[in-house]
Amino acid sequence: MVMAISPQRKFVNAVMLSLSGLCTVIVIGVLFFILGYLFFHGATSLNLHFFTNLPKPSGETGGGMANAIVGSFKVLLVATLIGVPIGFLAGVYLAEYSGKTFAFVLRYIVDLLNGVPSIVIGIVAYAVVVRPMKHYSALAGGVALGIMMIPIAVRTTEEFLRAIPNSLREGSLALGASKARTVFSVVVPAAISGLISGLMLNLARVAGETAPLLFTALGNMFWSRGWMEPIATLPVMIYNYAIAPEEDLHQQAWAAGFVLLALVLAINVTAKMIIMRGPAASRR
Amino acid sequence: MATPRQQVVNEADPPSTMPYEPPPKDTSRCKLDVKDLNFYYGSFQALHNIGIDITRNKITAFIGPSGCGKSTFLRTMNRMNETVRNTRVEGKILLDGENVLDMDVTNVRRRVGMVFQKSNPFPKTIFDNVAYGLRVNGVRNQSVVAEAVEKSLERAALWTEVKDKLNKPASALSGGQQQRLCIARALAVEPEVLLLDEPCSALDPIATRKIEELLFEIKSLTTIVIVTHNMQQAARLADYTGFFLMGKLIEFGDTRKIFQNPSVKETEDYVTGRFG
Repeated sequence: MVMAISPQRKFVNAVMLSLSGLCTVIVIGVLFFILGYLFFHGATSLNLHFFTNLPKPSGETGGGMANAIVGSFKVLLVATLIGVPIGFLAGVYLAEYSGKTFAFVLRYIVDLLNGVPSIVIGIVAYAVVVRPMKHYSALAGGVALGIMMIPIAVRTTEEFLRAIPNSLREGSLALGASKARTVFSVVVPAAISGLISGLMLNLARVAGETAPLLFTALGNMFWSRGWMEPIATLPVMIYNYAIAPEEDLHQQAWAAGFVLLALVLAINVTAKMIIMRGPAASRR
Repeated sequence: MATPRQQVVNEADPPSTMPYEPPPKDTSRCKLDVKDLNFYYGSFQALHNIGIDITRNKITAFIGPSGCGKSTFLRTMNRMNETVRNTRVEGKILLDGENVLDMDVTNVRRRVGMVFQKSNPFPKTIFDNVAYGLRVNGVRNQSVVAEAVEKSLERAALWTEVKDKLNKPASALSGGQQQRLCIARALAVEPEVLLLDEPCSALDPIATRKIEELLFEIKSLTTIVIVTHNMQQAARLADYTGFFLMGKLIEFGDTRKIFQNPSVKETEDYVTGRFG
């Protein structure tokens, strides 16, 4: 028996196809729209001064965000030093040592931590770092972002270590290597490109966080010396400039947004390239 | 701080590259003496009352259909099965009279080496693959390591093929070369027993032949136990052959007898290809 395809079914099919196609175009378009929009509005302020000068006092035009760019990197460095070792080692435990039940519980807790709103993490960093030290600091901002990096670091570490075939572990153990030696001399090096790209994606994710920095790193119109002073960062600078009344500051905020986004995209693309070219991809 | 001391030990004891006392020489012909060995995966009993003497400096082969327990038995002898959760072992495996099951596990695996079915070179250079076992066991002296690497690669019949590319990644080698590299890696720590779990099952006949030849060469240095699906290989290679079925060692003895005049009907059926 031959079933005729009714015109109605053909019509529904065509509608669904064009709808999903349209949504795909929107998804792609959004990124380029944001990039273009930021560039369009910020281009006039995007010049060498933006990268080399300090902000001008209010009322004066010009100036740049050199301190915020450096500040963002400093806060991210502290965050990495705090979040990555903890997340990495916990991920090693999860992938290599823990039993099934405990791993399930641990993974669930990590996912819950990942879901904690960033503003709440900021409050925690405020309570445990800013209050006892009695001042805002790069350290406090780094602690807040570091806590945010932990869950992703745990899960990417676990995922990339689990992808390493068991035969490598057995090969090492069979030579009389201890479990720890096996993990750190064979398994981790085998997964290194994945681990590095995971770290970069993690960095890219927290680089744009604003809320946890508002009352930890605070902000600064000048260079901040060392790690214990309030420090300017790109996201907080964007926030402060965007709500300021001056049109000139709005321009600068657009430019800062463009720089931040370009930075995050560059990190993302580099990480993806590391994954694709790494030994993990070429291994049988 | 440990490095200089290690070097002194090495210089004082040139014949062995390993920084520990060699075990007392046992001249009896039995290297491994397995007694009443039972092995369980959870509630499933994979090995039933295995008892066997493995002769020093000979090649012992285990044959049998898939799932008969021959690989499990092999992996019990260097306690590799302990990496599988929820397993249990009963009985004794005496290595020169010392129970493997009571020894320090890293020491067991240093003394009882293993080569796996699928070659598993580390994602390191050829040199570092062979040197790994030495470094893990505390050998720091670079010239000692280099010498042992060359010696092991020679014994594994790989030296002439790789001597100019020791710093290339091991993954650049062919399948047969990779398996010989894994044998070299195992030989580097001078194991007293070398266990091989179907080492040629993924290789072509030419690569297989090279490995068989080298095993024949190195049996003067170590005691070899090999699991194989290939009965011709067992017949060619082994001095003694054991036949496993359903977790039991059905018959064990001189290879010629097992293949030409087995005393048990199941063995005869298997070696003549009537089942399995």
